[in-house]
Amino acid sequence: MNEKEDLHEIITPKKHLFDVNLKEIWNYKDLLFLFVRRDFVAVYKQTILGPLWFFIQPIFTTLIFTVVFGRLASIPTDGLPPVLFYMIGITCWNYFAECLIKTSNTFILNSNIFGKVYFPRLVLPISIVISSILKFGIQFVLFISFLIYYYIQGADIQPNIFILLLPFLLLLMAGLGLGFGIFISSLTTKYRDFQFLIAFGVQLFMYATPIVYPLSLAKEKLGSYSWIAVANPMTSIIEAMKYAFLGHGELNWYYLAYSTLFMMVLLFIGVVTFNKVEQTFMDTV
Amino acid sequence: MSWMIKIEDVSKMYRLGLVSSGTLQDDFKRAWYKFKGKEDPFLKIGEENKRDTAGSDYVWALKDINFEVKKGEILGIIGKNGAGKSTLLKLLSKVTKPSTGSIKTRGRIASLLEVGTGFHPELTGRENIFLNGAILGMKKSEIKSKFDEIVDFSGCERYIDTPVKRYSSGMYVRLAFAVAAHLEPEILVVDEVLAVGDAEFQKKAIGKMKDVSQGQGRTVLFVSHNMGSIKSLCSKSILMKNGTITKYGKTDEVINTYLNDSSSNSIVPLNERDDRKGSGKLIAESIKLYNSNNIETSEFIPGERMKLIFKLNGNLESGKFLFNVIFTNNFGSAVAMFRSDEINPNLELNTEKIISIEIPKLNLRPEHYNISYYIANNSFSSENFYDSLENCVSFEVLNFDYFKSGKMIKNGNFGLINANIHS
Repeated sequence: MNEKEDLHEIITPKKHLFDVNLKEIWNYKDLLFLFVRRDFVAVYKQTILGPLWFFIQPIFTTLIFTVVFGRLASIPTDGLPPVLFYMIGITCWNYFAECLIKTSNTFILNSNIFGKVYFPRLVLPISIVISSILKFGIQFVLFISFLIYYYIQGADIQPNIFILLLPFLLLLMAGLGLGFGIFISSLTTKYRDFQFLIAFGVQLFMYATPIVYPLSLAKEKLGSYSWIAVANPMTSIIEAMKYAFLGHGELNWYYLAYSTLFMMVLLFIGVVTFNKVEQTFMDTV
Repeated sequence: MSWMIKIEDVSKMYRLGLVSSGTLQDDFKRAWYKFKGKEDPFLKIGEENKRDTAGSDYVWALKDINFEVKKGEILGIIGKNGAGKSTLLKLLSKVTKPSTGSIKTRGRIASLLEVGTGFHPELTGRENIFLNGAILGMKKSEIKSKFDEIVDFSGCERYIDTPVKRYSSGMYVRLAFAVAAHLEPEILVVDEVLAVGDAEFQKKAIGKMKDVSQGQGRTVLFVSHNMGSIKSLCSKSILMKNGTITKYGKTDEVINTYLNDSSSNSIVPLNERDDRKGSGKLIAESIKLYNSNNIETSEFIPGERMKLIFKLNGNLESGKFLFNVIFTNNFGSAVAMFRSDEINPNLELNTEKIISIEIPKLNLRPEHYNISYYIANNSFSSENFYDSLENCVSFEVLNFDYFKSGKMIKNGNFGLINANIHS
């Protein structure tokens, strides 16, 4: 028998750094969707309000933001109705933050499955990004209903053709969240410090993103330091969303190109480290 | 026939102790050596995996493992805890990577390291079958086509739409094993799953494993502490000790080597045993066995009188205590038990502190047996133990013409009952 031909696999100490087996992940797509289903079905079991929680959280956050930042601090909202202004920011930020936080726990939370059976580890973080899209979708529908209400009331909003950018912007957020998340999850297997960093880091990161204030205000107040706000890859995405759906904001193709590049580099670094760590993390977790 | 798995020079090193203390320094050192093109400095100081002796912080859980498994073969892997069996299976199932060497396989490997992996308590039995099947590497369509078979095998039809958190532990395990048993990989790796479930289910599970290898020509690697199931399933076995393979060959021979090795414990004098359990208030200092002629021995003829003399040491306020002696065979199954509360409920500690158990007729078939004892306060639960030792002494029952028919009786590791046969 020819030894090479029917050899299924060779397990050796080290894989090549960039040897990411995408075909294998594709073979496990059934598992991917079962994980998505599990996340979705199991989350709100044994809660009274069930999936209503998907709505409660953004509504209350919007309410608080409107009172605190809109009324008390009087931060301008580009002339937009504050409810819509905050809600679109919160909905998008929630998606990004959820991708990041949940994927950043991948190795530690699943170490008992990972210790027993092999499947391409990337399946899990990818499934999280997908199941979070469902949650985003539900919250987005909520936003759209508010949008329609305000539109009928005659508020100064102009949704435009750029809403077609939504899938692309979503992809950018998913990529950023996933990239950050798996990079951090690779580090936490050995050094748990990053877990603590993530917890408040995401919160601080939100204030560095134009969610409770418009980018125009940041630029005006920061002057020559305004590049800090722009350097944040989430800034251009949030601003583009605001422009597309509400008509105010800054849709800047250069900024978006920067975010895309940032996402690609980050995702690449994330996948490579994840790939390296997944081989022996069971020994160090 | 050709090999399905070929393992060449595989070793696995583990780092002991707290991974997070002081290891960043080691990591930098490693990186520095790697940068200079030298070998990993910590790989050199690894040593054999002996759990009870202190050594360097790096041990070889596996060292230079070489073997191959042929198509359709069920290979048993036996060894004490810590011998490296589970590490080997982990490498095979790609949970972690070897430190050196390579493993070549022909065909898909599925592993059953612990049943129920990935079961989600909130999901129903049905949902978990799909999820667990997919985790183990099955396609959705595969699971769908086997769904009825799986449910049938598990015997959980009635509860299939109930969340598994409401299942009894037995049902949970049965369902999980049923999913795993219906995997169709070319190579199946199994660790101890048969230790669960009732006797009927175990029989079913062993039958299924036999089917898989003989009927469907698939290869199975099977780790167990249960010599009975190893014997009934595997034609060839491997004996592991401290991370190395000490014997590879026919299952019977390997099991014998293992048992001889493990019962060598009993040669250790009683006062040097360090695995006693109990408070130590009343302990057994020595145990002696006497035959019909009152001669101390460890060899007996079936049917003769046996006398066990235990010399105890310690003090009790009330003088009352319980005493239990169990005879076990090579497989660790009990063949006889003598409880003081059944035989003599008023047993008290006398001034000589000696207990003797007299067995008028030792009705056991020729084989090797071990004796375990338990001394307890007022019930045989472990928190009430004064002292206990498993396999503290062993004895041999010799071949003999028990029935006086002119024929020696056959060996066997169970009781021998006198009888007559007429026509």
